[in-house]
Amino acid sequence: MAFDIYLLEAIINGLLLGGVLALLALGLNLIFGVIDVIWISYAELVMLGMYAVYWLHAYYGVPLVLAGFIAILGVAALGFLVHYLVISPILSSPPINQLLATGGLLFFLQAFAMLLFGNEFRNIGLRLPIIVIADMYISFARLLAFGAALLGMVALYLFLSRTFIGTAIRAVSQDREIMAIMGVDTKKVYLITSAIGGGLAGLAACLLVLQYDVHPDVGLSFGPITFMICVLGGLGRLLGGFIAAFVMSQFITIGGLYLDLEWGYVLAFVFFIGMMFWRPQGILGTRS
Amino acid sequence: MLELKSVSAGYGSFQALFGVSIEVRRGEAVAVIGPNGAGKTTLMRVISGLLETTSGEIAMEGRSLLDIAPHEIVATGIGHVPENRRLFPRMTVEENLKMGAFAPAARGKYKERLAFVYDLFPAMMERRNQMAGTMSGGEQQMCAIGRALMTGPSLLLMDEPSAGLAPVIVQQVFDLVRRIRDDGYTVLIVEQNVRQVLKLVDRAYLLEAGTVKSGGTAEELLGSESLRKAYVGI
Repeated sequence: MAFDIYLLEAIINGLLLGGVLALLALGLNLIFGVIDVIWISYAELVMLGMYAVYWLHAYYGVPLVLAGFIAILGVAALGFLVHYLVISPILSSPPINQLLATGGLLFFLQAFAMLLFGNEFRNIGLRLPIIVIADMYISFARLLAFGAALLGMVALYLFLSRTFIGTAIRAVSQDREIMAIMGVDTKKVYLITSAIGGGLAGLAACLLVLQYDVHPDVGLSFGPITFMICVLGGLGRLLGGFIAAFVMSQFITIGGLYLDLEWGYVLAFVFFIGMMFWRPQGILGTRS
Repeated sequence: MLELKSVSAGYGSFQALFGVSIEVRRGEAVAVIGPNGAGKTTLMRVISGLLETTSGEIAMEGRSLLDIAPHEIVATGIGHVPENRRLFPRMTVEENLKMGAFAPAARGKYKERLAFVYDLFPAMMERRNQMAGTMSGGEQQMCAIGRALMTGPSLLLMDEPSAGLAPVIVQQVFDLVRRIRDDGYTVLIVEQNVRQVLKLVDRAYLLEAGTVKSGGTAEELLGSESLRKAYVGI
């Protein structure tokens, strides 16, 4: 068979898409693993981050990189507040109540954005070049997003493995009940984790706004797939989510190459459903 | 050093401890023995703050433990080796030990204490990059004791260190406990392995159905006819 340049292009694009999806999944997984609460509204934090970059850069003329940093800090603060105001009062409630609360937050944030920013699709108007390598077209914005997502994940990895508080965050996800005898205040760990989760959503927002328009419902176009990636990898398992993100993105781009882009998503979801029958606990999950 | 005065505690509507009073003096090794479900683990949990006390008083070195936050109790010098070891299974041995040094006061002495624990348990040094959950039961127990020592305790609470281990390993764990008490730690140990543990400690309390039934020196308890019949089986 002749070497298929389009297939290679699709694989590379899948890899680049996978990086951003992995970043999104990482934030959601981290929060679930540590706090045991699923933030249904996680993608809506990303949406608000995208708006932050848009308004700061396109409207107020703040340099893009600075706007990005402000957005990351802003969404991190938002993550902190989500835990402080919404999650911590219902931490010992049944899981269904927690789901309803974060689900309610999703609609609240969407409606809030609609009210404040309107229904228009907005674009930061940045034109990044397309790189052509050996007849393959690679978007520079995607490449940049992939690189930044990877950097963000490496930074998180170093934080979680090298520092005392990072190690404690991982420890909480493995045995929260005994943390007090280690001298760890889990309430504080939850707040820090929520802020980090928010910061990751903020970083993802910066990378997505380079490629996509922002509108109040934009969270719906990647919220569900992020959630599925987390479940596929094993909820709360950071490495599992990382792997699953690349598996799903390959389905989307390779499927999209041979059929239509929409069919790529259909294939990915069929694969997901099949996996749920075969391994409901996820790639790296353990049955509980 | 540690004093409990008529401590009661429980889980929801279930009361597990009914006015328990015990005392541990500096340098002593004290055992709490008794049948399954007597409240031995509950007793350990209220001391280290994992469970709230409903009434009574707990004091460490004269200072009440009831008005400080659970995660600050470790700083008063109480190290807890919990029931079933409770290691972080998907973290390495060294990361588990690191968690023992989390408290601000312990962090500064992390390297020093790590060297001390590795000196005490060379096997942990060899396995420091292994996932704790993949080790044998005896090794996990070593790691759990090491993790408690990382907190820099003056009093070590040990909850059934021999549970679930093969007989030959049980002997090793008891040797380990002996070494630790000979190193000058004050030890409060809960055990079902009554005969073994009474050889190791100075005094013991017999806990039954959430109350202290009797107490005394290890020799007294070993000599007591009823206790021997019920728990030692000789």
